[in-house]
Order: sequence, then C-alpha cells, then structure tokens
Amino acid sequence: MAALTGAPSHTSFVPSVLGRRDFAIIGEIVAPGSRVLDLGCGEGELLAWLAANKRVQARGVEISGAKVQRAIARGVSVYQGDIDQGLADYPDHAFDYVILSQTLQETRHPLRVLREMLRVGRRAIVAFPNFGHWRVRLAHLFTGRAPKTALFPHDWFDSPNIHFLTVRDFEDLANREAWKIERRIFLSGRRTVRLAPNLFAEVAVFLIAN
Amino acid sequence: MTVRTQFVTFDRIALDCGVTLSPVDVAYETYGELNAARSNAILILHAFSGDAHAAGVSAETGKTGWWDNMIGPGKAFDTDKYFVICSNVLGGCMGTTGPSSINPETGCPYAMSFPVITISDMVRLQKMLVDHLGITRLLAVAGGSMGGMQALEWAVAYPQAVASVLPIATTARHSAQQIAFNEVGRQAIMADPDWNGGNYYGKKPPARGLAVARMVGHITYMSDDSMREKFGRRLRNDGFSFNFEIDFEVESYLRYRGAQFVDRFDANSYLYITKAMDYFDLAYGRAPTLAAALERTNARFLVLSFTSDWLYPSYQSLEIVSALRSRNKDVAYCELPSNYGHDAFLVDVAEESELIRGFLASTYKENT
Repeated sequence: MAALTGAPSHTSFVPSVLGRRDFAIIGEIVAPGSRVLDLGCGEGELLAWLAANKRVQARGVEISGAKVQRAIARGVSVYQGDIDQGLADYPDHAFDYVILSQTLQETRHPLRVLREMLRVGRRAIVAFPNFGHWRVRLAHLFTGRAPKTALFPHDWFDSPNIHFLTVRDFEDLANREAWKIERRIFLSGRRTVRLAPNLFAEVAVFLIAN
Repeated sequence: MTVRTQFVTFDRIALDCGVTLSPVDVAYETYGELNAARSNAILILHAFSGDAHAAGVSAETGKTGWWDNMIGPGKAFDTDKYFVICSNVLGGCMGTTGPSSINPETGCPYAMSFPVITISDMVRLQKMLVDHLGITRLLAVAGGSMGGMQALEWAVAYPQAVASVLPIATTARHSAQQIAFNEVGRQAIMADPDWNGGNYYGKKPPARGLAVARMVGHITYMSDDSMREKFGRRLRNDGFSFNFEIDFEVESYLRYRGAQFVDRFDANSYLYITKAMDYFDLAYGRAPTLAAALERTNARFLVLSFTSDWLYPSYQSLEIVSALRSRNKDVAYCELPSNYGHDAFLVDVAEESELIRGFLASTYKENT
C-alpha cells in the first residue's frame, strides 16, 4: 500500500502531528511534493505542517473568517467559503489529494462533497468519527437519548454533526459508488485498531480513488 | 521616517488610445533598502486620489503618507525587510504627467488635449519605472480600489515580473454602479462654469464642481453604519436653522472634505482618472473570459474584501477568486469584517496587516 502513495515503506509511524493522530496518518499518506487541498482546514495547521515537512502545494477552504485570517497569516493559501459549494470552481484533477478531516459528518450534502472531492482530486482522504463505536451504541441504548460521549460531546441541539455515519456505512457507500479504497486506518485514542473496527474505532481514515 | 519624492523622466510612452505622450515624468518614493539579489521589492499602487507619498513624513510638506499605517518598519509592508516603491499614476496631479502638466509643444497645460488614458497605460509607466530601478521581478504588487485594478493589470500584462499580487477592495471590471457614480462626479465638474472646457489653469478653478464630485465620492467610501456612528442626525448648532446653511454634522463634514480636496486635486485629473477606472475590464480585448485572461499569471494572490464595502462589494472580489480557482491558480481570499465601508482598507488595518504580513513572509521565503 505504501507504494501506492509513494511513501517509503520503511517510514516509521508518526504517532501524532500537532497532537492529532488523524493528522499524523494524513501526513504519512500524502506523497512529498504533491498538490493538496484541505477542506474545512481550520487555521491551516495541517497544511502548514505538510508544506513545511512534505513540500506540498497547500491550499485550503474554510468557512470561518477568523480561522481563514489565521491560516493566511500563517502563509497558507486559504479561500473563505463553504465546502458544500466551494469546490465547483476547480477544474478536474487539480489536486493529488483532497482532504476532509473530521468534517464529513457536518456537511449538508456529504455524497455531493465526496464526489466533488474525487472530481477535483485524484485521491480523497476522509477522516471521520465513527458513530458505530461501542460506547456510542451503549450510550444510545442505555440513556435512550441522542448519545453523548467523549467523541460526540455535544447536546443534540447544538451539535455541528448532522450526519451520523459508521465505518460500515462509509464502506457500503464506497462500494455503491465503486470507489477504490486504497487504505483504511482505524484509530482508538493513540492506538491503531485492527479487529472489528466498526465497534472499536473512534476515528476512521480512508484513502479513496475513483 | 522622513522621505523625499523623487522624479524620473522618460522619453515617451505609447498609450492604448494610439497617442504617444512625450516626454513623461514620474513622481515616486521608496522606503527600505533593495537587497543585493533585488528580490525584495514591493510596488504599492495608490487609489483614485492618492499619490506617491505612501509612507513616512514628507520632507517637502510635512504630511504623513496615505498608507503609513501599513508601510514602515515592523508594519505589514515591513521596510526593515522589503524595498517598497510607490509612484503617482499617469494622468495624476501629484508630480506624474497629467492634464495639468505643460505640453512642451504649446508651452501651455495640456488640459483637455491630454490623451485619454487607461489603467493599463498607468501600469505600463510603472513598469518603466521598475525597470529604471533595475528590478526585473517584484516580490509583490499591492493596492486597494483603483490600486487593486493596477495590481490585477500587472499580473496579466507582466506575468514574469510579479511573484505575488494583492488586489484589495477592488474589481476586475467596473460595474454600472461604479461608472454611474464616476459620471455624476464628472458631470458636477463639467457643469461648473469655471471648468471652462478644461481651460481654467491660471484662472479660477471649478472648485464648486470638484467639491460636489468629492462629496459624492466620500459618501460611496463610507457605509450606512459608519455614517450613523460618525454623524447620526447630530446638528451643528442648537436646533434647525430654517435656511440652507449647514444644519447637520454630515453636511459640514462633506463640505469640509469637498473644500479640502479642491486645494490638492486637479479637476481635469479627476475626469481622466475616473474615465480610466470606468474603462477598466481586465478581460476586455484580451480574452473571452476573466478566467482566460488570468491564465497567463503564475503569481500567488491574496484577495481581500470588506463586509461593509458597497462600492466594491465582495462579489466582485469573489469573481476574481473564482476565475483564479478555475485555472488552479494559487489564491487566498478573505472577507474582513469592518463597518468602515470602502475606506476600510485604509483605516481598519489591524487584521488586514496580519494577513498581508503572513502572506508576504511566505511569498518571500518561496522566492529567495
């Protein structure tokens, strides 16, 4: 799999980048010198890290003006706009990777976003919190309420999450859309999950291509 | 920082209208030091009524530059790091050749015999200045309003000569509304009998017409919010005067600004420069679309607009951004929150400074 992404196979696993495991994994997947678009890039931390350490051409889209300001001040080319509509301007395959980290569950039209990602990018890297985790299931079963866990800490009425997908949901969709899953990485805290990821993964990271 | 305006004269410049203007003077100022590699030069482009005196205190007039809050040691355009250049535009009245300059053929001011100029003529003259200074590639071209139009023109006309472009509170083509306000200003000047077909030099200038033009301009530079905050319905004196003298603070302000403008600006320059803005359409005569016109550039862009700017609204900046993105160009865009209307780029500079500082630092790193 490493050959697919151009990353040398002997690369030791980066445990965390800027304190985030999903960033570390994305940092590993992304080939040096590639063109990267990060959707919902926040203050551009990941992009700045990728630009400095992987010499990527880094671009981002972010809706929050305050975050865009900090990203641009950091030297990252970020466009203030909405992910749901923000990709339309780009030509096909403008990027090697389009990243959507922890934002898929917040988008109004996730399928449209994913298709657009695979139009403007040769590959998409999607990281999302797994709603199928056993703690979420138990919380829902035993409280009889919208589950609140460490991973989903919000009350239902002020949660940014509007879609609740699981590892299995995402793989079903990938199947249906005939996307090639080139890598799948599952995380629980700082550990990598290999067994029953739909039960034990808190965060799933998929590398997909058309 | 005390600065002196410098001058250079070029033999001739060929203009878009077909006329060759000869000779042509350029007034300019520079701040900071050009490095040995000549890779740290930034060209600042002034807005409609600006001049070459962008920063520092003028040795001649004692006045502070029009963007002194942005240009200087440690500021957004950091003169400890960068070599900053600003020149007065062609057609202006602050040292660069314009309608109030003497036509060497007649020994009289050009007045309305001055050729009609365009934004691209202004930029062509700036290129001559930059060449004269021995700079082949600018680290950045930056400007707000009409200065932003020139920055865009630079990107397309001289793609090899600019590493980055900062079009601020601007447009890639003047809209009907923008043309309309300019036309009101021009008509106010030309309706003043003292305008006299443009031949008022050495006589009474069309002060009333020019002042009215400036009053209209000032309204478009502010916002409803900023006017409400600054003036509200506050009266100059107790109670209404029941005549047509000044009642309201806002009237007093506009009259003051109008009268002040007459002392420093030439009415014919007003006509010529507003016309150049109205003609501005980056794609016109070049390419079928704005995106196609921008195809040639490989510069990095930082496009900025301001929420309350209704003269150059954000949708016009987004047109530029969208065109650049469609050609996969490197563009950062942010709409900054401000109540100051179009004036925001000049006065509300805290956030603008942070963005520009970071953008320039990363561009400089990439280009040295």
